[in-house]
Amino acid sequence: MSANIATPPAASPGSALWRLSRAEFRLYLRDRVGPIWGVGFPLLLLIIFGNIPSFNHAKHVYGGLTELDIYVPVLVAFSLAILSLTALPSTLAGYREKGVLRRLETTPIGPARVLGAQLAVNLVTALVTLVVFLAVAKLAFDVVLPKQFGGFVLAWVLAAAQLMAIGLFIAAVTPTRSAAQAIGTVLFFPMMFFAGLWLPIEQMPSILRTISHDTPLGAAVRALKDASGGHFPPTASLLIMVGYAVVFGVAAARWFRWE
Amino acid sequence: MPAVIEVRNLRKTYGETVAVDDVSFTVQDGEIFGILGPNGAGKTTTVECIEGLRAPDGGTISVLGLDPRRDRAELTQTLGVQLQHSEVPEKLQVAEALELYSSFYRSPADWRTLMEVLGLADKAKTRYGKLSGGQKQRLSIALALVGRPKVAMLDELTTGLDPQARRDTWQLMEDVRSRGVTMVLVTHFMEEAERLCDRVALIDAGRVVAVDTPAGLAEKAHVEQRIQFRPSVEMDLDLLADLPDVTGVTRRDGLVFVTGNNNALNAVTSVLARNHIVAEHLRVEQANLEDAFVELTGRRISGR
Repeated sequence: MSANIATPPAASPGSALWRLSRAEFRLYLRDRVGPIWGVGFPLLLLIIFGNIPSFNHAKHVYGGLTELDIYVPVLVAFSLAILSLTALPSTLAGYREKGVLRRLETTPIGPARVLGAQLAVNLVTALVTLVVFLAVAKLAFDVVLPKQFGGFVLAWVLAAAQLMAIGLFIAAVTPTRSAAQAIGTVLFFPMMFFAGLWLPIEQMPSILRTISHDTPLGAAVRALKDASGGHFPPTASLLIMVGYAVVFGVAAARWFRWE
Repeated sequence: MPAVIEVRNLRKTYGETVAVDDVSFTVQDGEIFGILGPNGAGKTTTVECIEGLRAPDGGTISVLGLDPRRDRAELTQTLGVQLQHSEVPEKLQVAEALELYSSFYRSPADWRTLMEVLGLADKAKTRYGKLSGGQKQRLSIALALVGRPKVAMLDELTTGLDPQARRDTWQLMEDVRSRGVTMVLVTHFMEEAERLCDRVALIDAGRVVAVDTPAGLAEKAHVEQRIQFRPSVEMDLDLLADLPDVTGVTRRDGLVFVTGNNNALNAVTSVLARNHIVAEHLRVEQANLEDAFVELTGRRISGR
């Protein structure tokens, strides 16, 4: 121990944050949940759906769009939902359960930046997925790119915000990684149902459709779909997403504990 | 010598439960200070208040002249911490963890050297989750030291380690101390406190029972020395019973048992020598911290 422990040049706080984000990203890849279920699986579904001939015919019930056109926004929402409801909360709850956050609380960096890094990792992954997804849809299957581009981006940002807020809320109220994972998964299926994963929203009975419009993913898909079709997203859908983002964001901030 | 840590009348309650009732002590520059007591005595809460993780309900704490709550940002630069039940992410590799943590500090140690010193160099690429208990503990110590702290707080340093790993860790602590790092060691291992600590605070039920050197505590507790031997020839026990330092003499199965104060051994051996009696199978039980604790608090430290 008497070995001299020399001092390398001091790292700036910015580099600490960068290193933290990089480490979190590396762990994120090693963890595989996000990459496989949040990125790979929706891409795989897109490719499968794209290869079903009947999915490529314009249909009257969809207002002249193909089944594939309808499913692109649903799968975009799918990816966001997996990252926000499963990957994010289980990692954060696990960090708290294992004392990772508490340990960081005793260092100059503090635990809040890990939360920030986790959010950043998931958002960047979601964004990259979106770009790859739209590129594959366009180039491989000739799906029309969103015609109302600004509206699409706005809808996506709000969808991401509300889902991440719900994910943080799950992380705040669950004591362990496995509990967070369970709750995230249980929420995922009904929410994806109302997003129209199994039955397109257009084909739902009116009562289900009304419910769908008020759920986080239903509102997201509706807004994304309208923007894809060239309309600005309905104000109601946007407001619903803002509402979820604010309510769950505030609740998460209120109840989140570092230990 | 300047005090590095000053705790005055610390009090901390959780609802109805009083975790720390009234704790005061001072840690001097460069010493290894032990906080010893049974589970639930308030040891961990005390160090968590010093680390600034918890706000005290009463009393004052000063660490290197800083207030642990108010000056948290500055304190984290100079206080290295090893926590009970805390980990790094399971899939983070040893070298990655050290590099990451070293980037948190203004003037960190060279993490590569530290990794080597702690015997983790061949585990550089191993994920935290794949390390043995002893290796995890060593990484945890490395992470506590990577910021080049002036003070290191180590909570239950060797709990869960096998005896060899424990001794290695003790050696390491002595090396760290020789580099001038002041250390606060929370433990419920008597042997650990006796081996490492310059001074020890005995804590029981949220209060400091005594603060002294390990030897001083044993003495303070007025624990009796117990001597036993087989006399080479038949002897009159009154020779020993009359000694002022001896409090009791009995004979059983040819063995003589003597109890007395710290001078009893000297007194007994000189009497035996004067009477040309050889003490065969001589055994002396010295009072230790364990005895001191029992004597001062009326109970044993759990886990033994």
